[in-house]
Amino acid sequence: MSVLQVTDVRLAFDGVIAVDGVSFEVGEGELFAIIGPNGAGKTSIFNVLSGVYRPQQGTVRFAGQDLIGMRPHRIAALGMARTFQNIELFSHLTVVDNLMLGRHNHMNYGALSAFFWLGKARNEELKNRSAVEDVIDFLELEQWRRFPVGLLPYGVQKRVELGRALAMEPRLLLLDEPVAGMNVEETEDMARFVLDVREELNIPMIMVEHDMGLVMDLADRVMVMDFGRPIRTGTPAEVQEDPDVIRAYLGEQHRSVAS
Amino acid sequence: MKGRPELYTSYAQDMAFLNTRPKRAWSLGLVVLALLVPFLITDDLLQLLATGFVAAIGAIGLNIVTGYAGQVSLGHAFFLAIGAYTGAALSGSETGRVIGFGITSLPIWLLASGLVAAFFGVLVAPVAVRLRGLYLAIVTLGLVFLGEHVFREWTSLTGGPGVGRPAAIPELFGVRLDRDNAVFTAAQQLYLVMFVLLVIFGVLARNLVRSRVGRAFAAVRDRDLAASVIGVDLTKYKVLAFAVSSFYAGVAGALLFVINGFFDPGSFSLLLSVQYIAMVLIGGAGTISGAIMGALFITLLPRITRELPAVLPFISGDATGAVTVFQVEAVLYGVLIIVFLIVEPRGLFGIWVRVRNYWRTWPFSY
Repeated sequence: MSVLQVTDVRLAFDGVIAVDGVSFEVGEGELFAIIGPNGAGKTSIFNVLSGVYRPQQGTVRFAGQDLIGMRPHRIAALGMARTFQNIELFSHLTVVDNLMLGRHNHMNYGALSAFFWLGKARNEELKNRSAVEDVIDFLELEQWRRFPVGLLPYGVQKRVELGRALAMEPRLLLLDEPVAGMNVEETEDMARFVLDVREELNIPMIMVEHDMGLVMDLADRVMVMDFGRPIRTGTPAEVQEDPDVIRAYLGEQHRSVAS
Repeated sequence: MKGRPELYTSYAQDMAFLNTRPKRAWSLGLVVLALLVPFLITDDLLQLLATGFVAAIGAIGLNIVTGYAGQVSLGHAFFLAIGAYTGAALSGSETGRVIGFGITSLPIWLLASGLVAAFFGVLVAPVAVRLRGLYLAIVTLGLVFLGEHVFREWTSLTGGPGVGRPAAIPELFGVRLDRDNAVFTAAQQLYLVMFVLLVIFGVLARNLVRSRVGRAFAAVRDRDLAASVIGVDLTKYKVLAFAVSSFYAGVAGALLFVINGFFDPGSFSLLLSVQYIAMVLIGGAGTISGAIMGALFITLLPRITRELPAVLPFISGDATGAVTVFQVEAVLYGVLIIVFLIVEPRGLFGIWVRVRNYWRTWPFSY
């Protein structure tokens, strides 16, 4: 039973084809990685999935619905969460407020009760604060709780962004370069958290990442993209042996060396 | 938890309205002070402070849409005008010259003024969904001129330029608040009523901004892409911000001229919008207490500049002469906005935070 089915998606900006002929499925509890050189269309796929871009062709089925043409906040409400390549946190707000924003759709009260902060509004706030503290505990963010996220170190900000996505209690998590720009220690921390998410929360994930070591260690299956097209999908071991993949990454003349 | 005031043992304590001991002490102190003031100072200063409290309600409104939700609005004078005319028409008496419906009960016309202004806010809001930044500022600027024209021409409502009409009549439980009675003078009564209203609207606004709704506003302001991807409906929250902001403007507009008792359409010019922008920026964008500080500051500013001619003889106290106090005031708004944007973007509230942090760790600077 797959969580997400992407079928034959094509996305173009005028003449420039960003993504073409992309099809894949993500299964229950699976960690699916998308790799490829710069400009291969990996982030564009994420933007199609989360409703930021609208593809010209293809279908995306998630949670029993077709996502094409659906606005981003509706898709989020269905249970799709993502992080961004360049951190997209609300930098003036504290860690707690950022995570509380992740729970926006889990709080069920309107503006009128917000004015009074009694009864339902108060209960919902307290209940969700408690859920946010679980995420803080899970990602070991206790010491940063009250800091505006703009003041935090880069690696911690990345972790807060993961936390905001986890606070949404997603059915599918999209990670866009979770360890980009991190040092070895930060990378290992993040890898541990990604594994924790899979082991303890059992949330299926799609990960775009350039760190090959990390992808080959963590991913169940890998899709390799080049110039907007998928060139191979399979287990890390299969993909590493594929001559087309080696050509895309290392260039034509290295083919003999690799094989 | 005696002796450990910052140790929270429940989320309810941590998320309380006034969650630290100094906050509770300061709030109590300020309320007591404000309630004592009417018995200590003269009536004309009380009127000025009461005007400042009303302006603060309006500034909180502008701060919600501009400071919290990040939608720059130069149209605040328009919404103030809608409130002022709704209140005045509802509570005023039909004179043949201007219309009036004779509903003098303050809570009724106050609520109606807010709601009518909020309605117009919702009408304008779809523009904000399409535009942002300077473009939105230009469109809302257009509202001010549109409003000025309509109010100048619609003399049966407004009394026409230079003539005007009586402001809303404040009556609470059968007591006319704008007339002296056995216990209080008119100025004392109005001061106290305006203070109570400011506390009510201030507390409501503070609750709103620390709720799910306020966080969504901040998300729309800081990064709208991320906001939508985590499930915030941008359109809904932009419309909501405009509605709440205009409601506050309507309430403030209806009360603004009650103290003087008379107003004309010329009051709602671009300068009024600029004054409110100045209140928000000088007080501190994105804070409720900052908006209140800014409003009091800007309201009290003319009182200080009026003293200038005595000190600086080249400034004339009336409309004649090369440099008049009115010009000095207009220039001061601009200069103060620029100075605050450069030196302390968090405004008066930011200065307060610095003072607070200094004393929190005193005498150790770290």
